[in-house]
Amino acid sequence: MLFTPKMKLADIISSNPSLVLILQRFRIELGFGEKSVAEVCRANGLSEQFFLLICNVYTNDRYLPSMEELQETDMSSLVPYLIASHGYYLDERIPHIERHLDRIAEACPKNHKEILQRFFHDYKTEVQNHFLYEEKTVFPYIEALRKGESGDGYSINQFEENHSNIEDKLNDLTNIFIKYLPGNIMPKERVSVLFDIFQLSGDLNKHSLIEEKILIPYVETIERSRK
Amino acid sequence: MKNRKILLIEKSPIVVQGLTDLLNGIPDYEVAAVAESLDRIAERLIVVKPDLIVLNPQLVDYSKRGSFRALFQECPQVPIVALVYSYFDQQWLRSFNGIIEITDDRKRIESCLTEVMQADNAPSDGPDLYELSEREREVLVEVANGLSNKEIATKLHISVHTAITHRKNIVKKTGIKSVAGLTVYAMLNNLM
Repeated sequence: MLFTPKMKLADIISSNPSLVLILQRFRIELGFGEKSVAEVCRANGLSEQFFLLICNVYTNDRYLPSMEELQETDMSSLVPYLIASHGYYLDERIPHIERHLDRIAEACPKNHKEILQRFFHDYKTEVQNHFLYEEKTVFPYIEALRKGESGDGYSINQFEENHSNIEDKLNDLTNIFIKYLPGNIMPKERVSVLFDIFQLSGDLNKHSLIEEKILIPYVETIERSRK
Repeated sequence: MKNRKILLIEKSPIVVQGLTDLLNGIPDYEVAAVAESLDRIAERLIVVKPDLIVLNPQLVDYSKRGSFRALFQECPQVPIVALVYSYFDQQWLRSFNGIIEITDDRKRIESCLTEVMQADNAPSDGPDLYELSEREREVLVEVANGLSNKEIATKLHISVHTAITHRKNIVKKTGIKSVAGLTVYAMLNNLM
């Protein structure tokens, strides 16, 4: 079932608790009482259609918004939303996991410690570069298109082709933690960091879905309308 | 190749007749037996020795849904395909190896069966095959050293195709896809 503007925001969150993360990215504060989605969006100066689009894609893996829906929706919050997500990953989740991982690595023999730390360090750099490319190249291009400019020969197809997968390595890390790191090394810490990784990986997955199902088709429609 | 034996577990004679005709028409498959319910299913399994089970989920008692595979413990490796014509919880349906919907045509059913049988081949090979073989370990070390498939092939005197197959098996067994991840694996297992 898709979410609608008349639903209570609190009901939506309790049907999919991960959506609390989205509130933060839209700068919606908790404590909204019995207010509906429409009311909360209005109070925060947000397009309710756009807010629901994100919530629906985030919640239903099979949901694919139609072209008409994308064209009718006010997309001015799309890029700020994505940038806010990047901030959450880079400034909060990844450093948090890194701190945990460092503690686990400290308990390992020296050569294992180094390889674990290097693995995560390289992963972090990869994610940073991935986001940096979006923020320096893709997003400015979208904003230019929205303003009616041409975007200097770039095309969203290039983004689609180069859009690397940043979830694989996290998955590799979970396999390493579950299967291959000796069992006596920081068992409690490991379970806790595993949960953190699952959560991050799930959220990154949704993030890619939003880029694939909303961002790319939306930009393609603008590109087509210019030709 | 010998036909793959299907055990069909379904109550409706109309559906049984229709589906049997359809499944028998697919090359390499035959419906070897039909059961109306899950009563004494263990005995049927021993006699029939099916390669594939097609089961209407409705026949599974609600309270046993979570553990319905226990009913089939005589043949834990045999894939079970759900035959669906009413609404079920998606989460539960996911615990089947495949899904046939009542509206599916022959082509669709055929591709479902093929997919299920192929997917099944790997895990049913027994747990010892999950461990990397000597050769795979050698390939793994070279992957971790940063060699390309072609370089690995030359170094180990194998074809590029074989090197790629080894790599695929390594990924399948360890669940680790990235070169960086495989390097960590190799180090933790003291292969390097």
